[in-house]
Amino acid sequence: MARALINVPPKAKRGEVIEIKTLISHPMETGYRPKGDGSFYPRDIIHKFVCTLNGEEIFRADLYPAIAANPFISFTTVARESGLLMFSWIDDRGEAQMESAKLVVE
Amino acid sequence: MSEKQPSVLSRRGALGAGGAALIALVVRPAHATTQTMHEAIQHFTGGAAVKPGRVTMDIPPLVENGNSVPLTITVDSPMTEADFVRAIAVFNERNPQPNVGTFHLNARSGRAFVSTRIRLGDSQIITAIAQMSDGSLWSGTAELVVTLPACVEN
Repeated sequence: MARALINVPPKAKRGEVIEIKTLISHPMETGYRPKGDGSFYPRDIIHKFVCTLNGEEIFRADLYPAIAANPFISFTTVARESGLLMFSWIDDRGEAQMESAKLVVE
Repeated sequence: MSEKQPSVLSRRGALGAGGAALIALVVRPAHATTQTMHEAIQHFTGGAAVKPGRVTMDIPPLVENGNSVPLTITVDSPMTEADFVRAIAVFNERNPQPNVGTFHLNARSGRAFVSTRIRLGDSQIITAIAQMSDGSLWSGTAELVVTLPACVEN
């Protein structure tokens, strides 16, 4: 669907608070942008973002049209165990983009 | 007199109804207002009292481009199993919709921190509300000036 960038620290100490940064390319069409003929471009935004580690949810966000295009979301989590981070962005067309990243805790 | 009364009342009623319809037309907001923002906040809090404090918003006070404004929110919380931030919701009063985003955290978030980029349709006051694990609600606000608002270009 789109290009996504994910920034996870390459290695984390056990118990350390790590910051995870995500960026995905998406127009985040608000539904309020005029076409010029009196109608508006239909709304198409990513309305949900979820991040899980080994299947357990660690962060979730509900997004609205006031989130800028190409949504950037950054959050923190405590590095407890190594595993697979799964990221998913769900847009108004019901399309979900999934990305994954490895978390290495030593 | 008693025969006239109903007609007077119905005319009054008709005028009243017409007036109400006119007011409804006039006040239907093209943009969110402080009123709709408060309604959205009520929806999030469930009507519970919100105390000011503990929420810090890091956003530039003077925004050149409202299409992408960096926003970082931190909440003063120990983030332990016993006491952590459950959710942070951001609201605005001048965009077409009052909601900006709701971010769900948990005890293993480590820090009550979230950072994103938002759109601003006008100079306004942004409100963030944090819901703690014990159910208490805290709020922080940021007032800012936008020189080039979002949603104006075609």
